[in-house]
Amino acid sequence: MKHDVVIIGSGIAGLRAAVELAAHADVAIVSKVFPTRSHSGAAQGGITAALGNEEEDRWEWHMFDTVKGSDFLGDQDAIEIMVRDAPRAIIELEHMGVPFSRTAEGTIAQRAFGGHTRDFGKAPVKRACYASDRTGRIILDTLFEQSIKAGVQCYAEFIMIDLLFNATRCVGVVLLELATGKIHAVHTRALLLATGGAGKIYKTTSNCFSNTGDALSIVLQKGLPLQDMECLQFHPTGIKGLGILMSEAARGEGGILLNRHGERFMERYAPVIKDLAPRDIVSRAIVREIREGNGVGGSDYVHLDLTALGPEKIKERLWEIASFATIYAGVDPVHEPVPVQPTCHYIMGGIPTDVDGRVLGADEHKPVPGLFAAGESSCVSVHGANRLGCNSLLDLVVFGRRAGKAILSSLQDGGVTHDKPDSPGSGRDTIEKLLAARGKERVPAIRRELQELMTDHCSVFRDHRGLETAQVKITELKHRYRDIGLSCRDRHFNLELIEALEGEHLLNCAEVIVLSALHRRESRGAHYREDYPERNDQDFLHHTLVATGSGGMEITTKPVQITRFKPVARTY
Amino acid sequence: MKHTFKIFRYDPAKERQPRYQEYQVEAEPTDKILDCLNRIRWEQDSSLTYRMSCAHGVCGSDAMRINGICALACQRLIKDYGEGPLLIEPLPQFPVLKDLLVDLTAFFEKYRGIWPYLLPDDPAPEKERLQSPEERMAFDEAIRCILCGCCTAACPILEDNQQFLGPAALLRAFRYLFDSRDRQKGKRMELLDDENAIWGCKTHGKCTEVCPKEIQVTQSLGRVKKKIYDSKKAP
Ligand SMILES: Cc1cc2nc3c(=O)[nH]c(=O)nc-3n(C[C@H](O)[C@H](O)[C@H](O)COP(=O)(O)OP(=O)(O)OC[C@H]3O[C@@H](n4cnc5c(N)ncnc54)[C@H](O)[C@@H]3O)c2cc1C
Ligand code: FES
Repeated sequence: MKHDVVIIGSGIAGLRAAVELAAHADVAIVSKVFPTRSHSGAAQGGITAALGNEEEDRWEWHMFDTVKGSDFLGDQDAIEIMVRDAPRAIIELEHMGVPFSRTAEGTIAQRAFGGHTRDFGKAPVKRACYASDRTGRIILDTLFEQSIKAGVQCYAEFIMIDLLFNATRCVGVVLLELATGKIHAVHTRALLLATGGAGKIYKTTSNCFSNTGDALSIVLQKGLPLQDMECLQFHPTGIKGLGILMSEAARGEGGILLNRHGERFMERYAPVIKDLAPRDIVSRAIVREIREGNGVGGSDYVHLDLTALGPEKIKERLWEIASFATIYAGVDPVHEPVPVQPTCHYIMGGIPTDVDGRVLGADEHKPVPGLFAAGESSCVSVHGANRLGCNSLLDLVVFGRRAGKAILSSLQDGGVTHDKPDSPGSGRDTIEKLLAARGKERVPAIRRELQELMTDHCSVFRDHRGLETAQVKITELKHRYRDIGLSCRDRHFNLELIEALEGEHLLNCAEVIVLSALHRRESRGAHYREDYPERNDQDFLHHTLVATGSGGMEITTKPVQITRFKPVARTY
Repeated sequence: MKHTFKIFRYDPAKERQPRYQEYQVEAEPTDKILDCLNRIRWEQDSSLTYRMSCAHGVCGSDAMRINGICALACQRLIKDYGEGPLLIEPLPQFPVLKDLLVDLTAFFEKYRGIWPYLLPDDPAPEKERLQSPEERMAFDEAIRCILCGCCTAACPILEDNQQFLGPAALLRAFRYLFDSRDRQKGKRMELLDDENAIWGCKTHGKCTEVCPKEIQVTQSLGRVKKKIYDSKKAP
């Protein structure tokens, strides 16, 4: 098969790029799941832009908040591009048909979200544009529908298993067709990776089953680096035990967190913006409360109290998350508080790219020809060590579009042809080996052990000992993985086979996360080391890069781009 | 507590006839049906096949028939059902590809056919197109739709007439027809004014009964009918 451009992943990042390219190139999207099943559809709260529809707002404030939220690890050149482009990006979505909620004047409604403030931190500001509490789903649907209108070809239930190279140029991708088990080599002039998150490394997560870090792991196996992988976000308010998200919009609309004494404890941790502090701070506060015995009933959760909002507001703006609480926790948030605890939510790290989605290689951070990345699987980096709520959807549409544009100009550069790969890749071998695998280990067991390990040792709080334990055990698990056995030998719709592939991706990603976390002997954003509780700009104001070299995994660093805002203490 | 799951199994590539297979699963009352299916697959029988992704009722992957009623396996808990074995079958009306996994090609074809995108005035204004909160709320429920297919699978009209567009596609048509920003309402109504389109609906209401997102599907389709009817009456 052959296409000018193949996009792996039909979440908002992939679809936004596809829509950009559709009129100008032969573009196909590939996805593990049918496009509208992608996890972008789970995004609830909103998408940020300093539109100023509800109250005064400026892109400079948005930029400052994003930089400070990132604990100064975000690249400020990229952040500036994102926040300045945000109003245009939102208007564009509206023009495409996204049914944003509205103000009385008929403009796009906005609400408060964690870490977004007016006038450089003075008070919360309404910056998140939303469509009830289904913002991601409706943007995903709208972009998919635009892609239908534009006639983009879609390979749904096709799974990327390998990349093809000609010397250093990426020239294609190997896909496994779920329905048949057939393997397809697709030759491309440009390939965009947009495979989303990797939350399934943890026991509880807001992420879906297909968020297994596939592109990250495959890129790593090709000798390319991953950036800032220690920076993982734990969302403060997952439903206890399940991780299903109660959006920050709940607090943006006036909800508060309470401990067992009914105390609004965030007042102690972030006196100015309280419950609307960034996620890393709120998650640590919750875990501290729990450790000090202030969890509800002395247990491992706190309460999210929405009872002051009233039934009308909840129905109009938070219908869906209210339904989650009712169905899964048996709690009606109109009348009762919802039991919540931090849950793995988002990976700030990923495949390093420049501001136009070009994947940067290990060799002096130079772009890898033919290869692009966008969305959660990429690291531009606009989120640094901690992403602010509603900045991800913005990242997807801004940098998804920019990647599309960059791909287009790379195609127009006549030199880019369909080159033959150096080798057919190892995809076919991998599949044959797995289908024949009769070892004694089982993938679900390995995966469960990995999830427990990462949850115990590499979550909201970390230290050297825990991380080292994790490192040793991941090596063991990787060893055991080599002796797995599959019992389903079907080629068509073999879920066991897919989960075996994903299991390896999870192990690879976890290994890099732990290695990067060991390297960063300081606390910054969501990466908190109890043995190094302070931020250390002197030694660690840099990005972490991990790549597989001749002697195994190697760590290098890269300076952070600092333009407007010099690092200062981060209090709220 | 142990629960019995009686699950529809069929691999058309290998078997001539579907069969039912029983499994015993340890489950808490608050466990999702999807958790139990995963447990079976991970611990007892890795060949069991179905779709899933988000596991909390937002992606629409795991629609199936549970004790005879179309629902999302991730949205139903053990405690929602009484004692006795749980009967798990694929969505009706769609060809089975393997076990609980069905072919949704026709479903998505119909959805593609109703122009599922905004057809606004050109050129677009510099800022957003204005829409009042009331205009926006007119189709608020319809945007909850996750295209899971429960409604369409449950629709009795489709049993006799596979040409009928079915409630999911028609609900999406409603969403655009009632969006004040859309300017091709005349054309949309022409498209829908057909026995296999809106008039195929005979208000059985099964769609509304099963909708996992509690959308008043039948009522919305009724509003489409009325709009078309009124537009013809008008001089
Ligand atoms: C519950 C929840 C709520 C959120 N709320 C918000 C919010 O309100 N605001 C905000 O800004 N952000 C929010 N986020 C974050 C944001 O939604 C995600 O970061 C974002 O949607 C990721 O989009 P994506 O396009 O990068 O990837 P995804 O939407 O995850 O899509 C990944 C795609 O890659 C495909 N894929 C993966 N692996 C392969 C493979 N091997 N082969 C082929 N295809 C593959 C998948 O099928 C899928 O199509 C939320 C996240 C969650 C989980
Ligand atoms: S798995 Fe997504 S709706 Fe059930």
